[in-house]
Amino acid sequence: MTHKQKTTVLLSIVFTVIMGFSLNTGAMHIMEGYLPAGYCIGWGVLCLPFLAAGFFSIKKTISQNRRTLTILSMAGAFVFVLSSLKIPSVTGSCSHMTGTGLGAILFGPCATSILGIIVLIFQAILLAHGGLTTLGANTFSMAIAGPLVSYGLYKLLPKLKVNRLVSVFIAAFIGDLFTYCVTSVQLAMAYPSETGGYIASVLKFLGVFAPTQLPLAVLEGILTVLIIMALENYAKREIAVLGYFREAK
Amino acid sequence: MKKKTITAIVLIILAVLIALVPLFTQKGSEFGGSDDAGSEMISEITGTESEPWFDPVFETAIGGELPGEIESLFFCVQTGIGVGIIAFFMGRFVERKKHEDKA
Repeated sequence: MTHKQKTTVLLSIVFTVIMGFSLNTGAMHIMEGYLPAGYCIGWGVLCLPFLAAGFFSIKKTISQNRRTLTILSMAGAFVFVLSSLKIPSVTGSCSHMTGTGLGAILFGPCATSILGIIVLIFQAILLAHGGLTTLGANTFSMAIAGPLVSYGLYKLLPKLKVNRLVSVFIAAFIGDLFTYCVTSVQLAMAYPSETGGYIASVLKFLGVFAPTQLPLAVLEGILTVLIIMALENYAKREIAVLGYFREAK
Repeated sequence: MKKKTITAIVLIILAVLIALVPLFTQKGSEFGGSDDAGSEMISEITGTESEPWFDPVFETAIGGELPGEIESLFFCVQTGIGVGIIAFFMGRFVERKKHEDKA
């Protein structure tokens, strides 16, 4: 990153920290209007450093090799497709996948936050799915927290001699589940249970999301492995430039 | 067949099964969104019917809830954009590899 870019990221972090202290903090997608305004702003501000870093990271990757732009758009399109498919689950309700694992593995968590927020804005405005006021919270859970975990796992697992495709599967699978855990925590922070407090609330929300999401997370893992297999086969050069093979042999 | 091809086919079959099996095991359920289940849980915890303080902009603009069919239209548009991009580039990559293998 250049000096100017570093300054921007740093400034946004400072801004976040200041805002974090001044705030009186006491579903995949959280529904429009369901989070108190303070939380909406708080989560939104928390996303800023990641979005800024992501913007510069994408800019850098593309300026180094323009061919990676096609892979980036495919990773974005993957999020588009997977988050639009509502899949029935064993609990008798529907949910959808995140699709952010692929971007996180290939481009890192910050770049993925940009891909994620595009999809979330699309859904918030046109589909009344998620929402503009809850955009910050949803971006944090789906486009930052999940990808961070996926990225970390993908870096870690090959070092433990786990097969590359198995690592991809686990990274996408856990990343998807973690997104819903974060959503549960976010909802619980805004709506602590009167009897059991904050923890009881987290468990209640997890109880709603987790069983539904579990099979879908497996599905997301499988689909991510499939597209990675296709890319390994047909776009080896591009993903090699991105450092995909560096982590895992 | 190559080992990779077999893995891919097995994975695709598995993916389809995961998506379809709940339809047969959970006969008669509504398959509503888990997002809605989340808002019901909020009402249960707070003990009151929680009213969202902000309505989706699009619903405000058309003055009511988005009709179900139109909602699925938008979801299809989203899927279509995504699949289109992936298929277009994947097609190019596949043809490129064929061309290179020949050369």
